Amino acid sequence: MTVAAIGVDAGSTTLKVAALDAAGTLLWSRLEPASPRTAEQATALLAACASEAGPGKGAPIVATGYGRDLVLGAVRRVTEITCHARGVFAQVGGACTVLDLGGQDTKVLALGASGRVLDFAMNDRCAAGTGRFLEVTAARLGLSLEAFDAAATAAHHEAVISSTCTVFAESEMVSLLARGTPVEAIAAGLHRAMARRVAALARQVGIRPPILASGGVALSGSVRRALSRELDQDVGLPRHAQLLGAVGAALVGLDPSSPGPIRVAGRPRPV
Amino acid sequence: MTLYASVRHGLAVTGGRAVLGVVRWRDTFRRPRAHPHLAPPLRSGVRLKELIARHYLKGRTASSAVPVAWVTSGAPVEPLVALGYHVHYPENHGAICGIRRVAEDLCTAAESAGWSRDLCSYARTDLGVVLTGRTPVGRLPRPDLLVCCTNICQTVLGWYQVLAERFGVPMALVDTPFLYGTAPPHALTYVERQIEVLVEAAERAAGRTLDPGRLHAVTRRSKDACTLWREVVDRARHRPSPITAFDTFVHMAPIVEMRGEACTVDYYAALLEELDGRVARGEGALLEEQVRLAWDNLPIWPRMRWLSDRLAARGAALVASPYARAWGELADLIDPERPVASAARVYLHPILNLGIGQRLAALRALARDCQVDGVLLHSDRSCRPWSSGQADIRDRLVREDKIPALLLEADHSDPRAFSEAQASARIDAFLEGLGA
Ligand code: SF4
Repeated sequence: MTVAAIGVDAGSTTLKVAALDAAGTLLWSRLEPASPRTAEQATALLAACASEAGPGKGAPIVATGYGRDLVLGAVRRVTEITCHARGVFAQVGGACTVLDLGGQDTKVLALGASGRVLDFAMNDRCAAGTGRFLEVTAARLGLSLEAFDAAATAAHHEAVISSTCTVFAESEMVSLLARGTPVEAIAAGLHRAMARRVAALARQVGIRPPILASGGVALSGSVRRALSRELDQDVGLPRHAQLLGAVGAALVGLDPSSPGPIRVAGRPRPV
Repeated sequence: MTLYASVRHGLAVTGGRAVLGVVRWRDTFRRPRAHPHLAPPLRSGVRLKELIARHYLKGRTASSAVPVAWVTSGAPVEPLVALGYHVHYPENHGAICGIRRVAEDLCTAAESAGWSRDLCSYARTDLGVVLTGRTPVGRLPRPDLLVCCTNICQTVLGWYQVLAERFGVPMALVDTPFLYGTAPPHALTYVERQIEVLVEAAERAAGRTLDPGRLHAVTRRSKDACTLWREVVDRARHRPSPITAFDTFVHMAPIVEMRGEACTVDYYAALLEELDGRVARGEGALLEEQVRLAWDNLPIWPRMRWLSDRLAARGAALVASPYARAWGELADLIDPERPVASAARVYLHPILNLGIGQRLAALRALARDCQVDGVLLHSDRSCRPWSSGQADIRDRLVREDKIPALLLEADHSDPRAFSEAQASARIDAFLEGLGA
């Protein structure tokens, strides 16, 4: 099997590369914490892909993520919204809602029956409802993200954390700890606070079942459970959830009719 | 009004006009730099620059030479023009400060003096100008009269009260009841009485009596200019559109700050002719128009060029906005035979004095007339009257009209409320969804 398209997702927290064959099967992938030198990091990962998965002569490279303009050699640059939509639609094949839970961004996409993005919403200049919220609050509790997830799962009850703002939630947390509230209950409460914020975004665009969560944060079982409870519906985990941006970018590369920036030039035709 | 000031003003105006005439003549022959995605700029832009420069040049020496009024953008200005006032619009000046990127400094000056960052950035810019004396146009004339009309928002009321205190000059208030339909008779009478009181205050401050013949002529010119402006923005119905909403934001300056003057009528007649030429030749404002968009709310002045380039690079033509259309829509209400009574009706009906239902209807009408593929709604951090209700407007456009719509967070003048990375992510994703 030869590489037919490569997707690079230069996100704010991680950089991902995925190589697909002509049938859209994932042949090779790599994920690394994002370095400030996006161009060099992407080039190094693309070189690793060429040597490990085969050169994939003429395979188009499609870049996405905040750093997409810095990926050298990309023939197209497409937003994460389109890529996550493509990645999820390839698995679902119909209308659905995608919760893309990234490190610094949370997006909700409503896909129509043909896979078109009908509407989307993103968190606005604030870390509420993103991976950063969980990272900061877990660190304040002295827990790794895995231990934080496990603590929330083990909780018998949920502490009420009313704020979705990272800074305010932190101070609520401190006063709960001072009152002797168990760490597990606080962890569960924090997951619920985050889920409330994401659910509010989802309601903005209107929920079309099934709901799938992509992005790194979606890997946490506690996050998905809190979201399910908040949205009163199952929240599924697609395959390659964390890689879906890169996979979707490669899918865009496989299908030239898919959307992307169009170069325009020349005089208009009179109508 | 002193003789010395009058002579100085006369010399400045005549000399300035001559210099600006030469600059225009030179600019007419200059070849504009070719843009990769946009048609060459409208030739009328050269004349526009001259008109605006002339207006502010006149302002520099106007104090003590002619009566000066500072007015809100939606104020009944015709009696003032007929009385020979030089009229200064702090909001338009605020837009200039936004475009020239000096608004942030001026806003910060106002914030340091205690005004909240939530206050309209035009108000903060203006208060910053008053506090520091800094302006990109050289010097602003001191007002003899302030005219505040609440048909755009209530913010202007507090803002103009501060100015009145600061300058120690009278403030004439025209309070316009908010409308959810057409104006009831008592609202019309209420506003008409206030305009009469405004005329008396303006006569007192100018030391002159209003000549009904002049008021008739000025009102006639307002009507003519508004009618022409309506035609100008209406040319966006054509495919490709010969004009973008960005063009209208810039070319609307005379209809706001030189309404009632003869040069404004001539200017729009020439602009319309130029647009008709483009239509006849099938030329668009974009070299290749692939999708058409509408805009809701004020422009993001400090990032207008950036946004225009970003959209044009993807073949997205921003063709129209209710904001720019608003002036044209009032044209039919203006009646030069009944200047004061009709002014009451005109100044009660600007779009910002209407309910959210009517704003949605205006946007729908525009989307239909100009056959747009999507709508960008600028959620303006410090202009709440325009921005409240936008989330509902967006939802109804998306759900009921099936028109894709995007809410963009920014501010009309304060660049600190804008994040380029976030805006680009949203705009690019939105355009991808439209197939551009
Ligand atoms: S708040 Fe809005 S309507 Fe009022 S002056 Fe400011 S920009 Fe204009």
